[in-house]
Amino acid sequence: MSGLKEVIYCEVCSYPPDYCEFSGKLKRCKKWLNETHPDLYAKLYGDSGDDEVTNLGKKLVESSIGEERENKLEADLLKLQKREENKEQRELAKKLSSKVIIKREARTKRKFIVAIQGLEVFEIDMKKLAKTFASKFATGCSVSKNAEKKEEIVIQGDVIESVESYIQQLLAEKGLQDVKVEVIDTKKKKKPTTNSTESK
Amino acid sequence: MFKKFSKEDIHSRSNVKSSIQRTLKSKLVSQYPALELVIDELIPKKSHIELIKCEDKIQLYSVDGEVLFFQKFDELIPSLRLVHKFPEAYPTVQVDRGAIKFVLSGANIMCPGLTSAGAKLPDSPGLEKDTIVVINAENKENALAIGKLLMSTEDIKKINKGHGVEMIHHLGDPLWTFSIE
Ligand SMILES: [Zn+2]
Repeated sequence: MSGLKEVIYCEVCSYPPDYCEFSGKLKRCKKWLNETHPDLYAKLYGDSGDDEVTNLGKKLVESSIGEERENKLEADLLKLQKREENKEQRELAKKLSSKVIIKREARTKRKFIVAIQGLEVFEIDMKKLAKTFASKFATGCSVSKNAEKKEEIVIQGDVIESVESYIQQLLAEKGLQDVKVEVIDTKKKKKPTTNSTESK
Repeated sequence: MFKKFSKEDIHSRSNVKSSIQRTLKSKLVSQYPALELVIDELIPKKSHIELIKCEDKIQLYSVDGEVLFFQKFDELIPSLRLVHKFPEAYPTVQVDRGAIKFVLSGANIMCPGLTSAGAKLPDSPGLEKDTIVVINAENKENALAIGKLLMSTEDIKKINKGHGVEMIHHLGDPLWTFSIE
């Protein structure tokens, strides 16, 4: 038998669930806990099945600090939650309004690279993704800074279609399928080299 | 300690050889004798331990991808992930409910937050100044922070003014959210 304690961490705020009330994400935390660990939910928030998702429940508020300080604390926590929600909304709006650019550029007459820009907004680990592409396409792939000092992934090879569908899928997994993915293909133009702004 | 910590602060990463693993494990046990019972469960014989050297002479030790302890000087300090698995092993203090949100913001802990009705300090003779302590909170099951006593627990009770515990690591700080790869 294990002598260790199995601790559950909240998937919404990352805290042990007894501290969710301090995370500013309590609404979503409670929903998650109720769905995944109903017994723990009952223990923390009471099993009355209360609909008031922001309600802390009797169990949590019984403490030594007295009613006045408790009320102040709860007001502060509600403010925190409001702030946190506004922040999340702003971040989502920012994500939805930004776009990913996938660019094919000619390196030589027959060699191409594919550059992906604009991923930094989406909490995508670029280095990891570069590694994934490198093994997926068995080619060179790196993260480098472009002229605007923003990181982009550069893949050696003519793989634009596969990259596009991979990125689409990645965004869809994050619930961001509405994000615009712009494909710029300089291959189709007659003078591909003039479109290349990079010099390396 | 981790207020501004980020991946950019990592200088190097290296695997810890099994002979050093044994030394680390016995060092942990010598610091926290109650860990002897569970040390092989916490750090199984075949685990992959990595030493992550960081800015400011901070060294993190990750066991199978999870940072379980770290050090700045000689002493090994448990991370909250380690504490949560076996909380009994560490000197512990408790703050009252009113102090929780300040602790979670990374502030040092003021003495009154450690001496009020909802708080708890060990009985006399208590803990010496500079002891690494686990910080629990009133009505909570799990620890929320790790700190270092800025005065002995007896002095905290007596003086009951000013900073009692220096914050080292708390839920939600960059070490808590740190993940390798
Ligand atoms: Zn939570």
